[in-house]
Amino acid sequence: MRSHPLFAPWFSLAPALTIVMVLLGASLWYAVAESLGVIGAIGQNQPSFSAYRAAFLPASEFWLSLTFSLWVSLAATILSAAGALILAVWLSERNSGGFALHWNLAFPHLVWSVVLLLILSQSGLFSRWAAALGLISTPAEFPVLVRDRFGIGILLSYIGKEIPFLTITILSVLRSQPVGYDVVAENLGASRWQRLRYITLPQVMPALLAGSLLVFGFIFSSYEVPALLGVGYPRALPVLALRYFLDPDLRLRPTGMVISLVITAVTLVVAVASLRMGEK
Amino acid sequence: MRHLTIYALRFLLYILLAAPPLLFAAYAFSTRWFFPAPFPAEWTTAAFARVLRDSRTLSSAAQGLGIALTVSLLSLILALPAARVLGLRKFRGRQTAWLLLFLPTVVPPLAIGMGLNILFLRLGLAGTLTGVTLAHLLPTLPYTIFTLAGSFARFDENYEFQALALGANPFQIFLHITLRMLAPSLLTAALFAFLISWSQYLLTLLIGGGQVLTLPLLLFSAASGGNPSSIAALSLLFIAPPVLVIALTARALSQHGNEIREQY
Repeated sequence: MRSHPLFAPWFSLAPALTIVMVLLGASLWYAVAESLGVIGAIGQNQPSFSAYRAAFLPASEFWLSLTFSLWVSLAATILSAAGALILAVWLSERNSGGFALHWNLAFPHLVWSVVLLLILSQSGLFSRWAAALGLISTPAEFPVLVRDRFGIGILLSYIGKEIPFLTITILSVLRSQPVGYDVVAENLGASRWQRLRYITLPQVMPALLAGSLLVFGFIFSSYEVPALLGVGYPRALPVLALRYFLDPDLRLRPTGMVISLVITAVTLVVAVASLRMGEK
Repeated sequence: MRHLTIYALRFLLYILLAAPPLLFAAYAFSTRWFFPAPFPAEWTTAAFARVLRDSRTLSSAAQGLGIALTVSLLSLILALPAARVLGLRKFRGRQTAWLLLFLPTVVPPLAIGMGLNILFLRLGLAGTLTGVTLAHLLPTLPYTIFTLAGSFARFDENYEFQALALGANPFQIFLHITLRMLAPSLLTAALFAFLISWSQYLLTLLIGGGQVLTLPLLLFSAASGGNPSSIAALSLLFIAPPVLVIALTARALSQHGNEIREQY
């Protein structure tokens, strides 16, 4: 028996779509339910916004963590985008670097963070080299670059991973464009800077913005890097959310859920913006 | 002079690329490397052997490997029919299907894990291999589907019709035509799924609840307060499969590599 052509595609899509929608739908449903205190260990049945009130109290750690997460995500995104733009323009004139850019896929974020811990901590590799050069004499004299209050270690970890990602994004746009514009501008007497400003930049801007938004959303919502390379106070929003969620004091769990929902909302808004950008 | 800077930059790049494994090796295979010695003076395999002897290390590696292989296989089986219609057919709601399948890549693993934690506790799946495997499908499926749909878009169905006309049965067609023609991207998709699952930390932690241990979990807890030699030894074990995979698939990566990066 042949199925009706109108529905046929959905039979093929059903297995994958079911898994995705059931798991994703259920996880969001339970997240909202627990944030309202409807389910969970405390066994309260009336939905209430008390977890929301607790999370958004002016004195709540939420605001400090939000500021910290916004600072790290924004700074890392902007620095990565700028670095990627320079690297992509440099590489596009040379037609090389393909393999090198993909190589760091072999090292997940967790591994990059471990690398930074080993080389940048106060008794790490760079500190030893500084001592060998006579710049410092004790580990304590080496600047605090990982597990620091400003999130410098976190920034460095993300920049190292995201510059290649954005560079590849920009390079694929640059290599799909006809070279003509650049040559015409050069013939008309445009300087190197003018060509960059008026030809290259407008060409790559939509892709760069879309990619940067994805990077922002990813950094804002990911846990491992700030958990490993951050300090106990201030801590990033995902670290705070998970700490509350896994706290032995079960009354904190709904608050953890509220924070996780805030992170999800921000990520979704950013993803929609990124999709819109990418369509242009 | 200009050439010199290019060579210098190239050299720097290769150093950067080789740095992580070299660094791990230096820490994992040396002993009594104290501040302020700039390089390890005494080499030994004792630290590495100690990590390998810890019963948790090999069982975590085996468990992670088992999960990642199962996840890749399941992802392929689930993705194949979906990718086929998405790549080959125009139909009503195609855009919606794309968007729904794209969603797991933008909802943070943190939120997915915390929500599924409650669901799987109720279903009795928390702390089980089945639960962790199911949860890993969420981040891997979209990328498997995107990769395969891309090659289905260039797939010529006439080869299948030809085989049908020559009297092949559907199973023969699937085995000898469809799978054969898709083999390279099937392999790429499977490897991506493997990498994403192998390096998954949060979902394994939240669903496994400490009962399902994989290498990223061991590495994370070592890095939060272990000694540098064990951290480095665990890192070497953890990056061995990805390094191998990336080295083997360098060519395929130039087409699809950037797609999985954000999950990984």
